[in-house]
Amino acid sequence: MSAEVVAELDDLKVWFPVAGGAVRAVDGVSLRIHPGETLGLVGESGSGKSTTGLALLRLVDPTTGRVRVAGQDVTGWSRRRLRGVRRKVAMVFQDPQASLDPRHTVAASVAEPLVVHRLGGDADARRRRVAELLDLVGLRPELGGRHPHELSGGQRQRVGIARALAGEPDLIVLDEPIASLDLSVQAQIMNLLRRLQRELGLTYLFISHDLAAVEHMSDRVAVMYLGRIVETGSPAQLWQQPAHPYTAALLSAIPEADPAVERHRRRIILAGDIPSPVDPPSGCRFRTRCPSARPDCADTDPGLDPVTGDHRAACLYAGEAVREMRATPTP
Amino acid sequence: MSAARDSQARRALSALRHDPPAVAGAVVLLALVVVGTAGRWLAPAGVNDVDVDQMLHPPSWAHPFGTDELGRDVLSRVLVAARVSLEVGVVSVGIALLVGAGIGLVAGYYRGWVDNVLMRGMDVLFAFPVLLLAVAIVAVLGPGLLTAMIAIGVVYTPIFARVTRAGVLSVREQVFVRAAVSIGASDLRIIRRHVLPNIAAPLIVQTSLSLAFAILSEAALSFLGLGIQPPAPAWGRMLFDGRGFVTEAWWLGFFPGAAIFLTVLAFNLVGDALRDVLDPRQLTLGEASRSTT
Amino acid sequence: MTDRPVLAVEELTVTLGTRSGSARAVAGVDWSVHPGRTLALVGESGSGKTMSVLAATGLAPRTARVTGRVRLLGEELTALDPRRRRQLRGRHVGFVFQDPMTSLNPVLTVGRQVTEACEEHLGMSRRQARDRAVELLELVGIPSAARRVDDHPHQFSGGMRQRVVIAMALACDPALLIADEPTTALDVTTQAQIVELVAGLQRRLGTAVVWITHDLGVVAGVADTVAVMYGGRIVEQGPVDAVFAAPGHPYTRALLAARPRPGGAGDDLPAIPGAPPSPLELPAGCAFWPRCPVRGDARCEHELPPLTPVGPDHRVRSFYRTGEDR
Repeated sequence: MSAEVVAELDDLKVWFPVAGGAVRAVDGVSLRIHPGETLGLVGESGSGKSTTGLALLRLVDPTTGRVRVAGQDVTGWSRRRLRGVRRKVAMVFQDPQASLDPRHTVAASVAEPLVVHRLGGDADARRRRVAELLDLVGLRPELGGRHPHELSGGQRQRVGIARALAGEPDLIVLDEPIASLDLSVQAQIMNLLRRLQRELGLTYLFISHDLAAVEHMSDRVAVMYLGRIVETGSPAQLWQQPAHPYTAALLSAIPEADPAVERHRRRIILAGDIPSPVDPPSGCRFRTRCPSARPDCADTDPGLDPVTGDHRAACLYAGEAVREMRATPTP
Repeated sequence: MSAARDSQARRALSALRHDPPAVAGAVVLLALVVVGTAGRWLAPAGVNDVDVDQMLHPPSWAHPFGTDELGRDVLSRVLVAARVSLEVGVVSVGIALLVGAGIGLVAGYYRGWVDNVLMRGMDVLFAFPVLLLAVAIVAVLGPGLLTAMIAIGVVYTPIFARVTRAGVLSVREQVFVRAAVSIGASDLRIIRRHVLPNIAAPLIVQTSLSLAFAILSEAALSFLGLGIQPPAPAWGRMLFDGRGFVTEAWWLGFFPGAAIFLTVLAFNLVGDALRDVLDPRQLTLGEASRSTT
Repeated sequence: MTDRPVLAVEELTVTLGTRSGSARAVAGVDWSVHPGRTLALVGESGSGKTMSVLAATGLAPRTARVTGRVRLLGEELTALDPRRRRQLRGRHVGFVFQDPMTSLNPVLTVGRQVTEACEEHLGMSRRQARDRAVELLELVGIPSAARRVDDHPHQFSGGMRQRVVIAMALACDPALLIADEPTTALDVTTQAQIVELVAGLQRRLGTAVVWITHDLGVVAGVADTVAVMYGGRIVEQGPVDAVFAAPGHPYTRALLAARPRPGGAGDDLPAIPGAPPSPLELPAGCAFWPRCPVRGDARCEHELPPLTPVGPDHRVRSFYRTGEDR
């Protein structure tokens, strides 16, 4: 693995003040993204995965910690100063219907990064570049004259991707890019993203709650729970030998499209809901829902420690707890 | 963007055509514009041609709207006064739109203390009864057409500020604005290219409705003797002057009153229709088909 | 006893008048669901899966024209006057919709809402209704229900709110539960809880369930029978095992193949080109033809394939049977 780093978060905390405290959306996340890889970020709602992605683009302000992109520490930068760096990190949003201005044509939306950063030369050259970008994402250039509402969901997301590619970014943050699409279209978009990565050497942060999609898309995966990364490693490591009980529970909850498997599967059903991020549990944050929690889990906040190689888990009883859970699944 | 605006304008126009009240309103407004610009030449007599032999004549072929207490032709005065009413409407609403939308835009986009200061100021203005505020302004600046226009403009500024701010607040939360920030677009660009076009619809509607009320306000101010000064004709003023003759010469008040009524009604009809047509919730064909799961 | 379906629709067609012409959202659909069983209606946006159920229960929008036969507990609904139909529906059918946020009234306590319907249909007193509400909240697994009955919806998490909605749907002991994407807005771990909850309740209460979803994993877990819809029509229906083990329609096969498989990382997914058709512009023949990987011949383009039996209770709307080679 390359030692080069495209983007890095160092002990990032993003707290949003509310009456009587703060929502600790991200509460101590460190990660590095290397050139050409896809880092998958999975978690349920309230895990802080989207806020982490927004922090990389400095669309939310870090409370503490550092954000490094494009070789620069941009942590304290003003909005004005950030504008130049924004070309280097692009974002594809969940709902392309909402992320495209309904009053702009497809071509205008794709050209906007070029205009903002004065790229692509004169108007004529820019038009050619827009046509090229549309072609790259598999859209006919004639679609450039249409408005978002005249396109299908899949086409709209292709426009979102073309727009993200326009500034030739070092990193593209994909925030739930397939979640709002029809099943038959999701595969198209995943294939497109992978093809673009192969052809253009792109680097992705793939944020999703869809574990199957994350496994399919990612070189490395980080699982988030209540503002923290609880486990990280290759998809194979996580899927075959999850070391953190939360990862194991999450994996066991995904329904599989096979009635025979579903009938006999043993799900690990987690009790209750994700605790309030205003007042997270002491020690290990997962202990309140963990089927194999022990007394000392309330006292010690586990670090993200190596299990094997670069497979890491934040659990005092990594591995052991999962084996125990699987032996005695909750009914 | 111009293409976007064109297609929206075209859609709006074609939808308006199938709305009879709106068409009627538009026809009246068109007539008003013609009369407003050419009233002086359309008028059969001079507005201040006093004729003591023709005092308080009821409507006749010679004077279709009758004559007033000085023997002046009421039709001519109503026609010429259209210009004043239009001017007052356009100028005062123009003031309100520019100032109000500017304030609303800054308040809504930047939020924080700027928002608080600006909008509390607007609330204070808003708290005054409309006429009282106008009267106070006229009292300070002295009566006359220009002060009337400024007064009415000030009175309607808070409405535009509020409508604009509400629009900006909802648009700035849209993902496409965040998307524009994410690519490094400047505030000015975001406001010009993304925010303004998306709040244009409520502003256009508010403008058409306020035009109607501005004309009414001018009439009220003139009625109180605080607007345009005699002998220049204005609908409100004529209504005011006609009040002493309600029993013996109904036409003095009736025709300027009818003119005000028609104009206000026309603006309201067009404004309502515009609101329906420009409502972003109106489904386009593509969306309609996709929303039927 | 199980011979008689709780709800059966035949030749159900729903036409929606829109500004750009009429859209045939549902075009001749037959399905039924028996006591204690679950029928899953699967499809993408515009497939007509939701509209067919809304129309069957008399909840289609006013602009819709509904034809066909609908029998609820043996009574022909289409022959009834709207008042009687509403009573029957309110008494015997419970609904759970996708978004538990908007299904609940934010200003009423959950206790009031849970029993609101049955107060009317079963003629309960306030006191009885409250006891029943506590009982129902306990049934759907809400901890300390007796205390929480007076809470408002915003005091519950998303998963708990969906439980409240389910309690509400079950309040009158309905014979039929209609669940329209009830887990789509929820997280996977919460989704698993809700799936288990509904399955458990169904076993205890013998309720029939129509489960509308686009998630084939959920279908595999909850359904007894499946109807796959595309372009307003059923393209494949049958027992869940048969449909998943030997999908006969190219669309069903393509859908099953398009999901990433566990451990199957690396390769491109066999995606279906294009997008689902709009009900405004349905092709004359097979609606899936323009996207079909098999794409037989001109017949597919111009002629509608009939639903043909391929196994016990298993029918496929295709000229080309692709099930055998799997």
